[in-house]
Parts: sequence; structure tokens; C-alpha cells
Amino acid sequence: MAMASFPAILRSEWTKIRTVRSTVWTLLLSFLVTAALGALLSLLTKNNFADFRRGALTPFDATATSFAGIMLGEIAMVVFGVLAIGNEYSSGMIRVSLAAVPQRGTLLTGKLVVIGVLALAVSLVTAFVTFFLGQALLGVHRTTLGAPNVLRAVLGAAVYLTLLCLFSAGVTAMLHNQTLALGVLVPFFFLLSPILSAVPRVKTVAHYFPDYAGRQMLTVFQEPSAPYGWLAGFFLCGAWTLAAMTGGAAVFKSRDA
Amino acid sequence: MIELHGLTKRYGDKLAVDSLSFQVPKGVVTGFLGPNGAGKSTTMRLILDLDRPTSGSVTIDAKGYGVLKEPLKYIGALLEASASHPGRTARNHLLWLAQSNRIPLHRVDEVLALVGLTEVADKKARGFSLGMHQRLGIASALLGDPEILMFDEPVNGLDPEGILWIRTLMKQLAAEGRTVFVSSHLMSEMALTAEHLVVIGKGRLLADLPMAEFIARNSRSSVRLRTPHPEQLLDALAAESIPVEPGPQGSFEVAGGDPARLGELAAARGITLHELSPQHASLEEAFMRMTADAVEYHAGPEGAAGQAEEHGTAAAPGGWGTDWRRTRKGAN
Ligand SMILES: Nc1ncnc2c1ncn2[C@@H]1O[C@H](COP(=O)(O)OP(=O)(O)O)[C@@H](O)[C@H]1O
Ligand SMILES: [Mg+2]
Repeated sequence: MAMASFPAILRSEWTKIRTVRSTVWTLLLSFLVTAALGALLSLLTKNNFADFRRGALTPFDATATSFAGIMLGEIAMVVFGVLAIGNEYSSGMIRVSLAAVPQRGTLLTGKLVVIGVLALAVSLVTAFVTFFLGQALLGVHRTTLGAPNVLRAVLGAAVYLTLLCLFSAGVTAMLHNQTLALGVLVPFFFLLSPILSAVPRVKTVAHYFPDYAGRQMLTVFQEPSAPYGWLAGFFLCGAWTLAAMTGGAAVFKSRDA
Repeated sequence: MIELHGLTKRYGDKLAVDSLSFQVPKGVVTGFLGPNGAGKSTTMRLILDLDRPTSGSVTIDAKGYGVLKEPLKYIGALLEASASHPGRTARNHLLWLAQSNRIPLHRVDEVLALVGLTEVADKKARGFSLGMHQRLGIASALLGDPEILMFDEPVNGLDPEGILWIRTLMKQLAAEGRTVFVSSHLMSEMALTAEHLVVIGKGRLLADLPMAEFIARNSRSSVRLRTPHPEQLLDALAAESIPVEPGPQGSFEVAGGDPARLGELAAARGITLHELSPQHASLEEAFMRMTADAVEYHAGPEGAAGQAEEHGTAAAPGGWGTDWRRTRKGAN
């Protein structure tokens, strides 16, 4: 079967992403929010170290402290994932895209590759800048990349943001509606999941949500309340992402555009 | 060549396209005509494999659209409700399209110039007028220099200048040997541009014939005469054994008559004429008779009357605008 050229699709999808300001902005916002909030929390922690650590049972996690802002930064990454897929539906451009590349599986794969690579690149910069900035502000309480598990946690932060972005992109393809996807995903990650994972009993379920699972990747010391470690967290978050992308592909391939 | 084989599309229990079979002939403009809701847009989406047929199939040069490699080089389409992203410039919209099908990038500037968008090439589509959007859509269709072009109601909502531009473009494309498949709900529009005609109603094929044949079959021309001396006129016509019928408001109509000859006849006998006018039965009327049972939506007074005036070529006095609104049997 004749196939569209995959490099051509990648080039075309890259042009689509870089020529719309809203998508570029969400990536920048994710970087700024994660780094700035992390810096602020690190500074506060250093200045109130004794208060913050009173009665603490676990060792102080300097890495996780510098990544405290990721709870908000990830929302911008989720929005990026939604917009990158969803703006084709909101504008009606999806028909032009599918007329140009009727091999739907290939088209969606190309889209997800471009989204994923871009999200990973931005997330890596975000993770390292956030880490070094946070450590600089933590003063004597800082850790280094060479300390056990720290490099893994920093890379984990980048992988976490990338997976969440791809998860959102997959869900958007499943819902084939940008507004609906934003309306489902943003409240879920911003409110529902954090609240549920703090409610007794319910939290045992919430501990298997993609964001909670993925966030285990960026802890140096496993939280006592976490039912599993970082590796299981990675696989769980990865499985959610894979499921969302597979579901998105199934809908994308079968649905009338 | 586009070929439809028993193409059928059902949305829930709504049969939008009902076992359509026809071929779009090469190298001419084919008008795809049908009232609103007849299934024209659906058929075009099925041709592009955007919607999946319930049964039947479509082939383009004997292949399904889904297996075409770089399809923009075979067939370019302007669909209704497909658009560019409002935040992207015209040039960047054409750029990603060109890249996706490995079309040489100099084509972007070429088609921008062709549709007259060069000056706004770096403006975001958000600020475009309907006519500019339409031009950008046509630029997208022409980008891959395809042999086949498909336009869904391209003149809808355009000003007279834009309409003229599109008509000229379609004729020019066909003159270059390309196949043009263009839909419309206006017979008058098709009469001006199409060489071949495919008419559908309620998703079913109603006619598939050359335009000339449709006109020959359906156009009855006549000459209308009005005079303050009807007796003398009728005598003169009888003397030449020209059959005559009473027309509206005391006028007379001579079917198939030649206005020059009738005028000379009246002059020779010194009969004063207040009117001597050739009448053409409207193709619009013929189209509406054909689709009478298949009309689903009635155009509002504004849409139909307005457009009839805009296009008003063959329309009889009183226009088909008023006719269109007449309640039709079988319509719900
Ligand atoms: N996606 C859809 N879902 C449900 N019904 C549809 C859909 N698309 C078209 N239809 C219905 O199919 C019929 C044909 O529509 P369409 O192809 O748009 O007609 P036309 O373009 O000739 O005006 C209409 O009754 C329309 O309501
Ligand atoms: Mg239509």
C-alpha cells in the first residue's frame, strides 16, 4: 500500500505547532510556572526550615522541594497536549489535514511524535533549570545531581510532564473536541485528583491515577503513604498514557471527520 | 476520474446518500446539483474518505482515496466547514499543507498570487472575510496542481465580484484539461459554468446528463407580444399561420417565435407594439420540477430571493425566488 512519507508528515506537523502562538505559549508557561514556583517554595523552605520540618518522619527531600511548582506547571503541559490535537477540531482544520494525509494512523502517530518530542525537550530544560534554581535557593539544605536517586528524580520530572502531555493529547483525540477535553482534563488534574488523593479511603483509588503515579518518579525518598515506588509509578503512568493514545487512535481511525 | 459505485451513507436513521452511482467525466466542469440537504456535501466527504460509507465505494483513478500517496497531487478540494486555524497566517497554512504532500514550496507563493492573497499572506486567518477564507481554501485545493478539483458550493456567501472570479476560474481550470466537480443548489449558477450535470435529491440520483441536453430538453423559448390592437395582431399572425397563445395581462405568446420576424410582421401592417420580448423558460423551474419530491429544506425568503437576483440569468419575471418558497408536495 502506498503510504505518505513519514518525515514529510513530521515536518508538516512541526510547522503546524510552531506557527500557532497559543501552543507555543502554553509550553513557555509550563516552564515559567514550574521554575518560578519551585524557586519560591525552595526559598520559603530555607527561611523556615525548622518550622517546616518539625515532626517530620522522612528525610528532607531537597529535589522534591524544588519541584513543588510542578503541580501547577503540569496544567500548562496538559493544556498544550489538548490544544495541539484539539485545535484541529475547533477550527474545522481536521478535514483539511485528513484530506492531505488520509492514512489516519500515520497522521496521528506523526502528531504524537512531534508533540512528545517537543514536550520532552521543554520538560528537560524545565526540570534541570528548576532543579538547579531550587538547590541554589535551598542553601545549606541543597542536594546535588550526584547524590543517590537525584538524577533519576530530575529526569523523572521531565518524563512525568511529557507523559501527562501525551495522555492529554490521547484523551483529546478520543473526545475529538477541544473544549470538552479542556473541561474534563484541567479540573481533573487541578482539583479532582489532588483532592481525592487526600481523602481517606478514596485515596487508595486516587493513588492509581496517572498524575499521582507519575509524580512518584520525582521523589528521592519514597513517601510513607505511597503504596509503590518510582519505577512502578513510571510504569503505571506510562500505561495510562499508552491507553489514552491507543484509545485516541481507535477513535481517530474509525470516526467520520 | 471519480467513480461512485452504489455509494450509501446513513447517519443514524437518516439516509443522507442513497446508492449513488455515477462518474465524473474528465476535463470538463461537472455541476453537482441538488436542493439543500440533498446529500452533496456528504457525497464529497465520502469521496475524500473523511466519512466512511455505509455501503458502496468511491474510486479516484481506480484507487480508493485512503491509499493515495500524496493525494493533494491528484485531487484538490474545497469543502464546506473546513477551515484554517484562526491564529495561523495564510502562508503558514499553505506551508504545512505543502510539506505534508512534499509539494515544492514555491507553489505556496504561486497559489497565493493566483487567488489574490499575496498581500495578506502573512496575516492571520482570524481577520479574513468570508471571501478571503474561500480564496485560501481554493489556494489549498490548487496547491498540489491536481488534475481533479472539487468545490462544495464555492460561491455561497460571496459578493458578485467573487462569484465572477470563481466562475472564470472553474472554466479556466477545465480549459487546462482538468476535471472540475462543483456542487451548487442553484441551477442558474450551473447553467453558466457546467458542461455536465449530475442532479441529486434526497440522496438519490435524479439526472446525469450533458448540460446541453438538459437545456434542450427543458428550455422552451417564446416571444411575448403586447399591443393596443389585439384583433389586428391576431389576424396578422393567422395570415402567416403562426400559432399564438394568450399570455399574462392581455399579452400573447408565440412559442419558438423569432422576435425579428414578428417585429417586421407588425411593422409591415402598421400595428403598434407595446412589448416584443423573448422569453426563456427558466432552467431553475425545470430543476425544481425535477427535485420537487426531494426538497427537504426550504430556503428562507432572504436566501433564495437574494440569490436569484444576484444570479438572475434565466429566471422568469417573478423569479424562482418566489417559486422556491411554494410548498412542495412530499416535503416535510
Ligand atoms: N454528520 C452528520 N450527522 C447527521 N446527519 C447528517 C450529517 N451530515 C449530513 N447529515 C444529513 O444528511 C443530509 C444531507 O446533508 P448534506 O450532505 O449536507 O446536504 P447538502 O450538502 O446537499 O445540502 C441532511 O439531511 C443532513 O442533515
Ligand atoms: Mg452542503
